[in-house]
Amino acid sequence: MVTKLHFSRQSPGGDVKIVLQTEDFDVGAELDALTDGDASIGALVSFLGFVRDLSDGQSVAEMTLEHYPGMTEKALATIVTEASKRWNIDDALVIHRVGPLKPCDRIVLVAVTCEHRHQAFAACEFIMDYLKTRAPFWKRESTSNGLRWVPERATDIAAMQRWDSAQCSSSELTTY
Amino acid sequence: MSLRLLYFASLKENLGTAEENIEMPGGISTVGALRDWLATNGRNAIAARRNLRYAVNQDMASPDTTIRDGDEIAFFPPVTGG
Repeated sequence: MVTKLHFSRQSPGGDVKIVLQTEDFDVGAELDALTDGDASIGALVSFLGFVRDLSDGQSVAEMTLEHYPGMTEKALATIVTEASKRWNIDDALVIHRVGPLKPCDRIVLVAVTCEHRHQAFAACEFIMDYLKTRAPFWKRESTSNGLRWVPERATDIAAMQRWDSAQCSSSELTTY
Repeated sequence: MSLRLLYFASLKENLGTAEENIEMPGGISTVGALRDWLATNGRNAIAARRNLRYAVNQDMASPDTTIRDGDEIAFFPPVTGG
């Protein structure tokens, strides 16, 4: 499923694409499509997340990603829109896979284009930190000790809360 | 008051159901009050939960969030995507 938004303040650019899918994606093609034809873009920063074969000391044979259809797209759109208010983003892309995955599989791609690199680095990290704590995905691992729902991590909460300072005031992304 | 309830991940497994439509008695007006009512009316897995998260009409919510007739209310453990 593909969701598209548009930031009205910029032209060209301002396009946001959010994709939830079971299949893999072509990273090079996706990044090329994000920058194609826009000579105002000076920087693209991307993050790729993968399935690891070891989780909290247990070997992982398979991981299944559950999500909340409808809310997931809405939450990701809110996060990207919030990032666009804080930094001068040109275009943004979030692809997140759902369903069964194996170690080494790609899980998520977040990419942001901006005029300059610092904004792109910050916006990409912000989107990932909020995705980790605000987007309704849940990982269930099939490990050597059986099925296991992945617990939340304090480090992820702390990473998200770094952004929640006076200079980053936000009403839409309040932590509950 | 009619509500659509959704449960996800480990909570869905513990309850043995992904969703249900319920008719609520009067006097329940917040997510927290709904949670407490469910926990004492057959959804025992909710009572055993710490760190429960909530959404009302697909927006993150808190126990203080007001609920209204026709709302879609979701209960789930902390999210772990990415």
